[in-house]
Amino acid sequence: MAPARRAPAWLLAGGALVGAAAVLPAAYLVAVVAGDLSASLDTALSSRALETLLRTAALTAAVVVTSIAIALPIGWLTVRTDLPARRLWAVLCTLPLVIPSYVGAYLLVAALGPNGMLQDALGVERLPSIYGFTGAWLVLTLFTFPLLLIPLRAALRRIDPQLEDAARAMGRGPIEVFRTVVLPQLRPVIAAGSLLVALFVISDFGAVSILRFDSFTAEIYVSYQSSFDRVAAAALGAVLVLAMLGLLLASSRMRGAKAVHRLGPGTLRPTRPYRLGRWRWPALVFCSLVVLVAFVLPVGVLIYWASKGISTGSTSLNTIAALGGNSLLIAAWAAALGALAALVVAALVVRYPSRATRLVERFAHAGYALPGILVALGLVFFATRAVPALYQTIALLVFAITIHYLPLAIGPIVSSLVQLSPRIEEAARGMGRGQAEVFRTITIPLARGGVMAGAALVFLHAMKELTVTLILSPIGFKTLATDIWTQTTYGFYEASAIPALVLLAVAAIPVYLLSEQGAAPSS
Amino acid sequence: MIHPTLKPARLLAALLVLAAVFLTGCGFSTEDGGGGSNEPEAEGITLYSGRIPAAIGPAVDMYEAKEDLDVQVRFAETADLAATLVEEGDASPADVFFAQEPGAIAAVAEAGLLTELPRDIVESVPPRFRDPEGRWIGVTGRARIVAYNRDVVKEAELPPSPFGLTDPKWKGRVGWSPASSSMQEYVTALRAKYGDKRTGQWLEEMVDNGAVAFPDNVAIRDAIAGGEIDVGLINHYYVAQAIAEGGSDYPVAPYFPPGGLGSLMLLTSVGVLESSDRKEEAFDFVRSLLGDESQAFFTSSSKEYPLARGAEADPSLSVPIDEIPVSDNDLVDLKELQATIDLMKESGAL
Repeated sequence: MAPARRAPAWLLAGGALVGAAAVLPAAYLVAVVAGDLSASLDTALSSRALETLLRTAALTAAVVVTSIAIALPIGWLTVRTDLPARRLWAVLCTLPLVIPSYVGAYLLVAALGPNGMLQDALGVERLPSIYGFTGAWLVLTLFTFPLLLIPLRAALRRIDPQLEDAARAMGRGPIEVFRTVVLPQLRPVIAAGSLLVALFVISDFGAVSILRFDSFTAEIYVSYQSSFDRVAAAALGAVLVLAMLGLLLASSRMRGAKAVHRLGPGTLRPTRPYRLGRWRWPALVFCSLVVLVAFVLPVGVLIYWASKGISTGSTSLNTIAALGGNSLLIAAWAAALGALAALVVAALVVRYPSRATRLVERFAHAGYALPGILVALGLVFFATRAVPALYQTIALLVFAITIHYLPLAIGPIVSSLVQLSPRIEEAARGMGRGQAEVFRTITIPLARGGVMAGAALVFLHAMKELTVTLILSPIGFKTLATDIWTQTTYGFYEASAIPALVLLAVAAIPVYLLSEQGAAPSS
Repeated sequence: MIHPTLKPARLLAALLVLAAVFLTGCGFSTEDGGGGSNEPEAEGITLYSGRIPAAIGPAVDMYEAKEDLDVQVRFAETADLAATLVEEGDASPADVFFAQEPGAIAAVAEAGLLTELPRDIVESVPPRFRDPEGRWIGVTGRARIVAYNRDVVKEAELPPSPFGLTDPKWKGRVGWSPASSSMQEYVTALRAKYGDKRTGQWLEEMVDNGAVAFPDNVAIRDAIAGGEIDVGLINHYYVAQAIAEGGSDYPVAPYFPPGGLGSLMLLTSVGVLESSDRKEEAFDFVRSLLGDESQAFFTSSSKEYPLARGAEADPSLSVPIDEIPVSDNDLVDLKELQATIDLMKESGAL
């Protein structure tokens, strides 16, 4: 049955509000570009911009492919098999997301760069350069693949095992079953997760700047830092927004129109985990390698720095606690608001697809494709003109961070709604419940896995957010991330390690709870 | 709908809400213990600082103690603050802008956002350390120099200018940081003085001679101290600070090459916003930064050159300030740094 064609007015109004809020940074770019159209076109259409765009596209494609190659096996192993300590692996494989990409990049240079640890260990004159594409590819893959892993695990949990049982009963082998039954059901979530990874790659500045890869974002920062050219920066930002629209289109094509939800309502039958047998060992080696490189090594270096930092007595416990409280405050508010706003967008997109709702979805993604500086400047532009009383307050800061990371919550929620049959909602409607009540009592509870995953993703990113916080926070307001920045700016890496570790510890809480969420329902 | 997976979801939601409500209720923590939004009209001025707290904190404290006024400071990257000021325009809450690099403050001045400084402030530093139109003024100077390991290299062996570091004798022994803004400003100054051809040739020869690239100045200094390299192109105060901490045994020494642009002074500078409604206080703050006490703090703590007339440089800075060339106005020409980066890429340095 086709779903109801027209969305309820309250949902549309909510969607319009979210879309209008999230499109502000992009609207700012349009305002600046329109101010000097010919200069903007010169910049945006220059061969330099085109080359940079192609380079960035190549990096994005490479990172997405390798992220899928890492996240898919780990997701499957930690949800559907009898891998020993699978919940622990799930947590450990999600935590790299908490490591800011510039920290990861710095550590990579310290380890594999010229005069780095590996070169010393091998005693060779010179290693192949890690600067440029290779280094950026490596670091961005290692620290963004969890963006795919989290929604993948949630989706694997929701898949109906009966289809697989049926396929197996018909004599298909495990690999064949995975390819023909499981993978098609995962397609929407792989599409959504890949979009998040791709948007992260095109908006990242931390890793590419340290690894000297001339990505599009790096070019935007150069426009500010060396030539202070706001028109050029805005024109390049507008190109990023267009690139985002292309990625969004590709992602929704890949998500596909095919129904992937179960036909009947009712609870899922608990899945029987696959027995890995002797395949357990290569599986463990694979997980260990990923955790070692993406989590143990960076954290080990941080702990080593922290031990040196403590001995010099640079950070007081009270300061750290206050910074942690501030980070938590911002991240918690952004996560709650982000999940709510994303739920509205996702419900519109999945249940009431139309030109208007697709527009809302596009608007809602605009902020994530842009580097932090452009999001911050966009809100500086509008807030100082429209709501000066809110300028540089906690409220505006939370608002900015929420719209910056909104798509992180939309992806998982869309995936969970796609897997949820609209017939359940229709049945409730048929029993006389209103649309709002159905949304509240049926849709939200059944999509809660996606909602929590989305909230947690926003939370984790808000915890490490830097540029927007520096510009839009109330004066004197500091977070763990701004403290890390203050210390590393002058090369005090030891002193920066303690707030970095606290950030990791605080962020580990939602990651752990999420993996509980993804745990097998046990009797 | 009792389902075992509901529990953690609820717990997480409850935690989020609790954290948000609790922390909001408590108010957030700021450096001064709760200024911020509670007292937006606090007596005092607002400073946008591209320099980190450790580099300016005591100088701000001195002014606050003397004038009994509060200085609220927003710390961020100099370039980001400059861009923010431009977007804020007349609505900027900032009264004063303290820039780490000269290009940023020039850009803000070009946007018409800086007010002309009073005569007495302008006159307090020599003309070569200020904007010809009096909209911004240098506070401290940071010299680009050559640092060397004095256990391995004699000062007499060092060439009269960094152009000499392309000699085969220095192959693989020199460190630099092509990605750092101070190195890029130095290259910009070389281009202004010697032209793109000569500068590009020098960059290529440096690369061919195995110059080792480091991410920043600190890494160069530490690599010299650790014996990985013997010589490095660096900002002088990183060496001076380490000597002040490490004592006379510290192996790295500064060398101010006398020839050409062997050494070059880069300015940190300050300006007052045209939109400020506390200009008098802002001017007083600038006067305080150029006063004896603050200038003494800058030079003794961070070993930068004080720029106010009559201010004494730290005794460890043996080369007189007059002997160090300053970047001329070509350096703050806004399009120049882009061309520098292009040249550095062409020559393989970046």
